[in-house]
Amino acid sequence: MGSVGAKEVPVLLSADGRRIDGRRLDELRPIRIQAGALHQADGSAFVEWGANKVMAAVYGPREVHPRHLQQNNKAVIQCRYNMAAFSVDERKRPGLDRRSQEISKVIGEAFESVVFAEEFPRTSIDVYIEVLQANAGTRCAGVVAASVALADAGIPMVDLLPSVAVGKIGGAIALDLKKEEDNFGEADLPMALVPQSGRLVLLQMEGHMTEAELAQALDLGVKGCRSIHETMKQALRDRYAVAPLAGGSA
Amino acid sequence: MSRGNRPGRRRRGREASSPPSAGERILVLPGEELPVRDLRPGHGTYRTGGKVYASILGLLSARPPFVQVIPLSGRYIPRPNDVVIGTVTDVQTTFWLLDIGAPRWAPLHMTGTPWKVDVGETGRYLRVGDSVVVQVENLDATGRIGVTMVGEGLGKLEGGSIIHISPARVPRVVGRSGSMIQTITRLTGAQVAVGQNGRVWIGGSPEAIHRVSEVLRTIEENGQRPGLTERIESYLLTTMPTGEQGPEPLPAETAHRDAPGTQPASTDNDGDGDLEDEADDAAEPGAPGDH
Repeated sequence: MGSVGAKEVPVLLSADGRRIDGRRLDELRPIRIQAGALHQADGSAFVEWGANKVMAAVYGPREVHPRHLQQNNKAVIQCRYNMAAFSVDERKRPGLDRRSQEISKVIGEAFESVVFAEEFPRTSIDVYIEVLQANAGTRCAGVVAASVALADAGIPMVDLLPSVAVGKIGGAIALDLKKEEDNFGEADLPMALVPQSGRLVLLQMEGHMTEAELAQALDLGVKGCRSIHETMKQALRDRYAVAPLAGGSA
Repeated sequence: MSRGNRPGRRRRGREASSPPSAGERILVLPGEELPVRDLRPGHGTYRTGGKVYASILGLLSARPPFVQVIPLSGRYIPRPNDVVIGTVTDVQTTFWLLDIGAPRWAPLHMTGTPWKVDVGETGRYLRVGDSVVVQVENLDATGRIGVTMVGEGLGKLEGGSIIHISPARVPRVVGRSGSMIQTITRLTGAQVAVGQNGRVWIGGSPEAIHRVSEVLRTIEENGQRPGLTERIESYLLTTMPTGEQGPEPLPAETAHRDAPGTQPASTDNDGDGDLEDEADDAAEPGAPGDH
């Protein structure tokens, strides 16, 4: 364990349990969520999470394109996760790649399990997630942004979908990895939680953990999700505040 | 950030939530547990494990026998008899497809028009991009929306401009018995037709159209505030262009991007008057255009 051997590897966890950015193992990076950030979309949200910046836009339910994807008993959910060319240090080659295809697929499927798609047969709910600046955990930030955007778009669903990644750094389980921790850590475990039922609808893992560590990581992740859930709800309340009266010109 | 700011409205159901008192406006979010008290789950809710939760974002409404959530956002959900403004998106041999802002395009069959259209001749009457006022006739379980253009106030829109507002804001734009819309037409000299789907047609001089769309944007942003009609009225009065100007005769050229027609908008008076009627038992705002 804790084979912090290689030359370049930074010390991810100090002796007193602090991480490279000073966080404790169970601390999230600061999150700011703005619901309704775009005018054109039916629903949208902008998420700044640590150094991540992610925009999500939801269109629909609307006519399905391409037509053959149409399902006559429910709406199809089409999700596209994309990273901007300038979102990482070294220019990312624009467009679909294996990674973004996979992420689009798992996020789309996560939403399929919470959205009441049967209410809108033969339509499409299109979810666009654009990563503008990436610093590990962008799929989780994408899920959070898309979920707030779906609520903003008035789409019926079981619950909001908070999401966070848990990882293993310097032999310890840590919440919400940032880039260096993700790159040099031992494991990464992104998840998305349905708070209403306690179900996980997205769970992936990279690296290795023992069974005990996995259990601990899931526990920590669920706690993280519950905290993010509150931030998401507050973002929507702020946007739809039932304002008392107020100044401001007409 | 860890606590909801509305007492008694917590999701986790630790405290028994009290039923909302009348007039209180409570925002609920998807996944929030709702106070049922023998009420049946209605629109915007779902039931699981003996509890009722909100499925959409909106305002809580507990009107026996239903508890439901009134949407504050989202696309237009059609209801029979709604009068809406649509834009032609496709022309087929016997019908047109209209975008009315609903989840699906609405077919307008050639027999549902006041014209005598021959098969294959649909393109001579309406082209892609034309806008029309139609009424929702029927809806089926698959979400198909039947519309008709036969009826008073229905027909093709010529000239003017169309802007989009949230369908949830339509009642606010119309105002109680059409008060808001009357204020706007009276003080701008524009003609305004509000579809239930949140599409608003504005006819009149370019300046009037501009002012009305500004006002509509303001209403959209401040929709929940009380006294909005008064505020809009004073805003319009104080920003009346150059002193004396009341409603001005409409200049002949009102052409705008959405509407290729060059006809002066003043000719469709009846069209929009009726629309407002449908919107909220509005009184006829009269012909605002000319004096």
